[in-house]
Amino acid sequence: MKAKIILKVATRSILKSRMRSLLTALGIIIGVAAVVVMVAIGDGAQQKVEEQIASLGSNLIIITPGASNSGGVNRGMGTFNRFTWEDVDKIKNEATLIKGVTPIVFSGGQVIGGVGNWFTRIQGVSPDYLDIRSWPLESGEFFTERDIMARSKVCVLGSDIVKNLFPNSDPVGQQIRIRSVPFKVIGVLKSKGQSSVGTSNDDIILAPSRTVGDRLSGDHMRIGSIQVSAVSSDRIPAVIAELKSIMRESHKLTQGEEDDFTIQDQSDISETATATSRILTILLASVAGVSLVVGGIGIMNIMLVSVTERTREIGIRLSVGARASDILVQFLTEAIVLSLTGGVIGVLLSFLIAYILNNYTGQTAVIKPQIIMIAFGFAGAIGIFFGFYPARKASALNPIDALRYE
Amino acid sequence: MENTLIKTVDLTKTYHVGEIDVHALKSVNITINKGEFVAIMGASGSGKSTLMNLLGCLDMPTSGDYFLDNINTSKLVQNEYANIRNQKIGFVFQGFNLLPRTTALENVELPLMYDRLEKVKDHQKQATEALKKVGLADRMHHIPSQLSGGQQQRVALARALVNQPSLILADEPTGNLDSVTSVEVFNLFQKLNDEGITIIMVTHERDFAAFAKRIVEMRDGKVIRDTIIKDRLSAEEELKKAIAAAEIAE
Repeated sequence: MKAKIILKVATRSILKSRMRSLLTALGIIIGVAAVVVMVAIGDGAQQKVEEQIASLGSNLIIITPGASNSGGVNRGMGTFNRFTWEDVDKIKNEATLIKGVTPIVFSGGQVIGGVGNWFTRIQGVSPDYLDIRSWPLESGEFFTERDIMARSKVCVLGSDIVKNLFPNSDPVGQQIRIRSVPFKVIGVLKSKGQSSVGTSNDDIILAPSRTVGDRLSGDHMRIGSIQVSAVSSDRIPAVIAELKSIMRESHKLTQGEEDDFTIQDQSDISETATATSRILTILLASVAGVSLVVGGIGIMNIMLVSVTERTREIGIRLSVGARASDILVQFLTEAIVLSLTGGVIGVLLSFLIAYILNNYTGQTAVIKPQIIMIAFGFAGAIGIFFGFYPARKASALNPIDALRYE
Repeated sequence: MENTLIKTVDLTKTYHVGEIDVHALKSVNITINKGEFVAIMGASGSGKSTLMNLLGCLDMPTSGDYFLDNINTSKLVQNEYANIRNQKIGFVFQGFNLLPRTTALENVELPLMYDRLEKVKDHQKQATEALKKVGLADRMHHIPSQLSGGQQQRVALARALVNQPSLILADEPTGNLDSVTSVEVFNLFQKLNDEGITIIMVTHERDFAAFAKRIVEMRDGKVIRDTIIKDRLSAEEELKKAIAAAEIAE
């Protein structure tokens, strides 16, 4: 039989019971739409992560304590020497290709001021911080080198803090108490929005590094990382080499000794971040894939009912000269046409959902052509896989029994 | 031999029902020539349906040989059986067996779809002609539920004819029809037979068997009587009589 006739027969019997066919295809429609939308959301998130990492700051290089890999054994972060003020000063004084350097001194705690209190992160940084992170001020001013040396109790608030503690007034010039230590607010940061992991970038208070180190953290003071910005992106490798030798010298590492720090630039960071979101995408797609398989089982179910219902039709076809293989092909084609049609509708539906997500919610969904092809191919494969058993059953019928079937 | 269409040699069919063997057909030897119109009669269980299934290549004999058009069908495989059903045999069933929700024309086109030799290029034209032959040209686009029983059986007959088979097998073709409609259908059968098509039909009613040229009677899986009818009943004249009778009754 010609392919054209086979297709015609299959579409005709599908159209003869429209409602049932639609319901059968619904499983595939939902499955395909789910897979495409889930992957699109994953891809959207990945794209957002990449954009955010790019917006971290220009030519950012981050040095963290601890070797990432020591003699083949990963010892984890901070297993070794912590960074000291001397490390930061040495970089500041000796590195030639950098625009700025800042330590990040981590702290946190309860903040009291304005209309209430708030638990937040506090970071001790240098005046270069804003430039390194390309983070402008909303109002007020940033602290200076003098504030650092004087360990001034001044701070700059992230916009979330302002929202929560000073909803109706200007915080600049006001006093707040961080872990009972009074600080004067001298500036407010511009809002930066959500970070790639979903937390707010704006839930933060910045203070001079040494103030945080000496007055807040006390003995447990830790420089979590040192952030540096290179003069230009093409000089990043040179800067990394330079930083490496400075750090090794500062830590008095002899030749052959492993680095006790890790230097990463933006491409390293984005790789780590996108790897995470990629795992998330795969996870989401797998869950959606399960619904696609369930849709396939739905097709098999209906096809089995259909074979029983159309036993007499099969008998008639056999009696006028259809071969068992003709019957097999007919029912298989029906299953494939159903699942592929479901696939087409599912893809269209996913475009609609992506449109709604992109325009009416904060979510970004990016539908890539490959994923459409994959979802479509998967739908077809499911049609073949789950259509085969019913088709096989139909073609195994004996003409006499089939004709006699009531 | 030239003129022989069907020849069976010790055709036997045994069904296994559980532990018991049912001998549906016991060494049947029958020869049917081209152009014959044979009525097979017998009580239910006499083996006539089994014989029809074997003659129609719907089933395989347990033993014995069946020659159709000088082809020994006992040596064929499933797919060749399908080809023979498609090329050489047209079926007419008691229950019409038309595809529901499918127009008369498409029903008649069905055998052409499975013709691997593609003898016919224009399926629609060929099917239309077959429908004309049974007098249903004006009902081509009706679906079975819009047709009367007699009309449905005529569509089935057109479907049996469309591949120009050498043999038409009819299994109680008028079993579901009233007597006047039955006579109409037999009229059609006789006309086709006059054109040279061999017809074998199974029937219960002796009255209808009289339309054939030869009656084969069966009992317990064997042929017990084989009679040639010299003066067969003309369905056309019976039809005229019936119409006249109906007019008088009014």
